[in-house]
Amino acid sequence: MILTEAIARLMTATLFDKLWDEHLVESQTDGTDLIFIDRIFLHERTGSIALESLKAEGRSVFCPEQVFCCMDHIVDTFPGRGDETTMPSGRDFIVSLRHAAHNTGLTLFDLGDPRQGIVHVVSPEQGIVQPGATLVCPDSHTCTQGAFGALAWGIGSSEAEHALVTKTLRVRRPQTLRVTFNGNLSSGVGAKDLILHLIANHGAAGGSGYAIEFAGDTVRNLDMEARMTLCNMAVEFSAFTGLIAPDEKAINYLKGRPYSPSGDAWEKASTWWQSLHSDDGATFDRELMIDVSAIEPTVTWGTSPEHCVPISGVVPSDGDLASGLERARRYMDLQPGQKLDGLPIEAAFIGSCTNARLSDLRLAARVLRDRSVADGLKAICVPGSMAVRAAAEAEGLDEVFRKAGFEWRESGCSLCFFAGGEHFGYQQRVISTTNRNFESRQGPSTRTHIASPAMVAASAVTGRITDPRKLL
Amino acid sequence: MSLEPFVVWRGVAAPMLRPNIDTDAIIPSREMKRVSKTGLGEGLFAGERYLDSKTRQPNPGFILNNPSYSDCSILLGGPNFGCGSSREHAVWALREYGIRAIVAQGFGSIFANNCVRNGLLPVILSKQQIEALVDWTGESPGQRKIVINLEQQKITAGLLNYRFEIESGARHMLLNGLDAIALTLQSKEVIKAFESNRRQQRPWLYG
Ligand code: SF4
Repeated sequence: MILTEAIARLMTATLFDKLWDEHLVESQTDGTDLIFIDRIFLHERTGSIALESLKAEGRSVFCPEQVFCCMDHIVDTFPGRGDETTMPSGRDFIVSLRHAAHNTGLTLFDLGDPRQGIVHVVSPEQGIVQPGATLVCPDSHTCTQGAFGALAWGIGSSEAEHALVTKTLRVRRPQTLRVTFNGNLSSGVGAKDLILHLIANHGAAGGSGYAIEFAGDTVRNLDMEARMTLCNMAVEFSAFTGLIAPDEKAINYLKGRPYSPSGDAWEKASTWWQSLHSDDGATFDRELMIDVSAIEPTVTWGTSPEHCVPISGVVPSDGDLASGLERARRYMDLQPGQKLDGLPIEAAFIGSCTNARLSDLRLAARVLRDRSVADGLKAICVPGSMAVRAAAEAEGLDEVFRKAGFEWRESGCSLCFFAGGEHFGYQQRVISTTNRNFESRQGPSTRTHIASPAMVAASAVTGRITDPRKLL
Repeated sequence: MSLEPFVVWRGVAAPMLRPNIDTDAIIPSREMKRVSKTGLGEGLFAGERYLDSKTRQPNPGFILNNPSYSDCSILLGGPNFGCGSSREHAVWALREYGIRAIVAQGFGSIFANNCVRNGLLPVILSKQQIEALVDWTGESPGQRKIVINLEQQKITAGLLNYRFEIESGARHMLLNGLDAIALTLQSKEVIKAFESNRRQQRPWLYG
């Protein structure tokens, strides 16, 4: 009986099951599985601590050639930047990671390297994330890379040390959730709106305990960059990770990248990658079906990604302090029933691992071309990587941004989060392509509204939160 | 590295019930100043704890600044506690401040893992149970202590007595103060064999 069940599962496995079983070293008596980790990313903010701690304990890295380091979190993004940062003591993190990476023999995409950028943008660009691989990083948005059909998830520093030393992690197998998006997106609506809509409707904890597979026609029709946006915010839905089965688009994206296989190995690898999908009849622990045709451009009003409404919506009127809604309204200085459309903003930010890839910059530039940002508005664009920046410059997008009144920066996490360095002003209202609208996320008491690149660009032009469909 | 085992803990519990208390709130990024796991307790909840983050003037409205809770070692939380960023600094700051356990309706998954790796017990109870604990302790804040027995998976507070569930792996590690790396290194040979097999099966990953 048990055997037939096992065989049935083999024949009708979900993509997640296939990836998990591929990496299962052994099941532990304590209910966790020992999962083999193919690749590890570190960055200067948490990686430096993990590597120093290993050194202090006399432990060594199992397989240094599979560990990659990015300088992204603390580095400045001003032109002419160096190791000195606006964040006090930021230099220590940068120098510490550089030394540790060098001494341990890890690959480092350092400042000044044309490959430098935000870890989750750099990894796919370089072909380091690949379908069927496991990849972890002490950064919660590692799930971005699940868009390639890799099992990629964010961990803490202790777990990063564990992965570095043992090449494995002890993990409890999450449950599976398939979110199927079907239907045609209306114009001005993209992956960012899809994921915000999902979180708004099912709560910021809605995906807790699940590995999510995003499926359906709508997802198939998204390009790889949009798929990364979708998977990026799986963690804002509290999921273990987000995944999309690799198809022709994923495979074509990876072809010819520096770390992608080539020659015979490419044939073998890509043949295997094509088998990485959920079998017909595979069962998930939970399923959600979403018709996307009615989804509007979406924007957050509060301090959790679930505090989110369509552009035609209003700030909710219910809830008391305990529910967090009243606290969020006060923090954001908004009244119950107030409309989001038309709300004046003071700053606009296009950047982060969510929405700062080439397609995002192209979309924003479409809105900004021959237009200017509103008077007095601070507008900043930080490309997701130096490679994205170079590609955008090759198309002349930097000129569009500059002419419109945007600052055009070097790459890094920058104003996605406030680490004591770059930040927006006290209580400033910012519309942002990032992923978190937490209190003070972008500076002291800043009020962040999260939206798509199209909406951020449109709002920058009008100086008010604006439906991008009006300007596209 | 071994950790302080968690078997039974008795302590003052402070309520912080609003949903989605994220790790940015537990420790703001700007408080993570050094390449270090220590020196973070002072930054715990800095955004709400101080009226001015520079002068460190305490905000009298913040629960942990209430003298009744000066011995607080347990937090009573709402849904999705510790969501958001993976920063383990949140847990290091809580531990350094003296928090040993958090009883909440649910946890961010990376956060819960980070807790266990640092000897901090995350316990999930229902909303009603947590509210009952808050009511009971609130009658005499700072005096009425909650007892958490991990061995028996029980929380007692006056006449309240709740059983809680916890993954056996997490329980085992916490009870014994185990270091996960040392535990896993016992399987080193199996891992090595797995790796060499993988090099043959998926050679392009090792290019
Ligand atoms: S861009 Fe923002 S969300 Fe992405 S890795 Fe950097 S800090 Fe994290």
